[in-house]
Amino acid sequence: MSDYLEKLDHHTDAADPTYGDTEIQNYTINFGPQHPAAHGVLRLVMELDGEIVERCDPHVGLLHRGTEKLIEYKTYLQALPYFDRLDYCSPLGMEHSYVLAIEKLLNLEVPLRAQYLRVFFAELTRICNHMLNLGSHVMDVGAMTPNLWLFEIREDCLNFFERASGARMHSAYFRPGGVHQDVPLKLLTDIADWLDTRLPRLFEDAMSLVVDNRIFKQRNVDIAIVSKEDALKWGFSGPMIRGSGIPWDIRKAQPYDVYDRMEFDVPVGTNYDCYDRFMVRVEEVRQSARIMKQCLNEMPEGPIASFDRKVSPPKRGEMKRSMEALIHHFKLYTEGFHVPAGEVYVATESPKGEFGVYLVADGSNKPYRCKIRPTAFSHLQAMDFMMKGHMLADTTAVLGAMDIVFGECDR
Amino acid sequence: MGHSAPRIMNPQGIADEIGALLGAMLIETVDHADELTLIVARAELANAMALLRDMGHYQQLMEIAGVDYPDRPERFEVVYHLLSVTRNHRVRVKVSTDEDMPVPTVTHLWPVAGWLEREVFDMYGVVFDGNTDLRRILTDYGFKGHPQRKDFPLTGYVELRYSEEDKRVVYEPVKLAQDFRSFDFMSPWEGADYILPGDEKAKGEAPGAPTPAASPAASTPKTTGKKADTGAGEAANKAAEVKSADAPAKPVSATDEGKGAAKPEDKA
Repeated sequence: MSDYLEKLDHHTDAADPTYGDTEIQNYTINFGPQHPAAHGVLRLVMELDGEIVERCDPHVGLLHRGTEKLIEYKTYLQALPYFDRLDYCSPLGMEHSYVLAIEKLLNLEVPLRAQYLRVFFAELTRICNHMLNLGSHVMDVGAMTPNLWLFEIREDCLNFFERASGARMHSAYFRPGGVHQDVPLKLLTDIADWLDTRLPRLFEDAMSLVVDNRIFKQRNVDIAIVSKEDALKWGFSGPMIRGSGIPWDIRKAQPYDVYDRMEFDVPVGTNYDCYDRFMVRVEEVRQSARIMKQCLNEMPEGPIASFDRKVSPPKRGEMKRSMEALIHHFKLYTEGFHVPAGEVYVATESPKGEFGVYLVADGSNKPYRCKIRPTAFSHLQAMDFMMKGHMLADTTAVLGAMDIVFGECDR
Repeated sequence: MGHSAPRIMNPQGIADEIGALLGAMLIETVDHADELTLIVARAELANAMALLRDMGHYQQLMEIAGVDYPDRPERFEVVYHLLSVTRNHRVRVKVSTDEDMPVPTVTHLWPVAGWLEREVFDMYGVVFDGNTDLRRILTDYGFKGHPQRKDFPLTGYVELRYSEEDKRVVYEPVKLAQDFRSFDFMSPWEGADYILPGDEKAKGEAPGAPTPAASPAASTPKTTGKKADTGAGEAANKAAEVKSADAPAKPVSATDEGKGAAKPEDKA
């Protein structure tokens, strides 16, 4: 002890004024991989100074299933259901990019009714996705009730998907050349009723609890501000880039299917924080409902899939009477169709942002390479710079406003 | 009217404009399916990308994809997708490389490239020169190999399970209960490069009756065995009649009644 005291006494090093004190070390914590606010399997290694986040290193890949590798061993049609399972909260948004990529390689024309149906269900998917995201974001920052109400809407959406395709979540409804089957008129009228009555009532009720709520604002306003320059540099897209004040929406800028016939507004943020991202999504739900109503008004009668029998299979009834239809059906469901060699990158505005498919075809019936551009991968990477200097408790708000689903991020 | 995929208009004279911008860095420009692909010299990638970002107004790097072509001398292609939100246009920039040659990083231009390059490294083993954080990203901690390479099997090499004895997850070589099924859909009329089952017989076939299979040429003709060769004959018969000393005259009956193996007439 005397040694130490003597050393302390003769210590004159001005460069190290804390000598003798216990040096305060940064605290490293592990968030996840199993954490209810991580929205799946996310592991965050965070370095904390007190309660301030100094560094945040997301470890992803815990849900990596090798989708891209599997797709290389499947025919084009067999690969389609994998897309439902990427972002399992907005399955049809993923399918949309993939079928459009195939159609672009084939230069295949899609009947108008099928295009309307796709846009219609893509927007229903957007509502369905935002219900989950808005609800869980609100719940992550402490409110319980809105989430339960929003799940009511989500349940309605899933029921509509079931009535259209037979599956609640993994619909596999969009097919190269159109959609799988036509929808009954009753379903369309039911959705029209729902859009007019139940959706606005439940949604606006739930939002009235949140958007002006003091606690909610305290948790979100001025949290994780991302400037326009940063949003561009970090490859943001979708509600994240619009939340940063850039009016960029692929549905407007590079319209696909019948989005060029739709009238809708693109909301943008003004303060570039988590609250703005939340509010952008809230407004997108209203705009989606608007697009769906236009679809219902304008949707023509007609075929729902291409008549190119080398790509799109014939109807069941036709198969029973026509030998040629039977042969086409057999060939399409065993060998599949061949896609001419080439490469395309097709990106659509999925509910979470730009979901792209880079498809390399070599002329066979299987994709040579199918690179999936997930939205969450770029957004999650920005976590480190967005979290720097924020409190630990803000992590959930930042994560909630990013809208991350790990099926898509990890592929 | 053709497909209904996102409509992107190539601005007038964009290929020439980019050609003038990049100069000698640009090896080739491909315009396929209304998408512009720029093949760029690998060493000049970072410079070319900086020019495209600052002078060409391609503000966003959306994606880096690797592609494996095992037959090429430089087997990997690294494909960058750029987006301009002001010009509303996309271009694709490609470089090719092999297992050893590093590709210059673009993380200083777009921080988003960090993870995207990590993914290409993880999946293909392409090395990025200048990326300071080139760890694996999607595969397991301690994973070996690069799974997206065409020579990596779909099933992988190892599988894992929870071991109750060791109380932890253990890795084992992958065992398949059923062979991996890969169907070949190449039509024999459209240039399949293998011999169809049964076609190998067609070679050298005389017209008419099928030729019997040629017998293997025997060096010595086969003959019927003589007694001397086989050892059969009187001597062998005699030897067979001699009983060995300890052999019983009659088969012994089983003493144990319960066994039931012995027949009734065997009882003495």
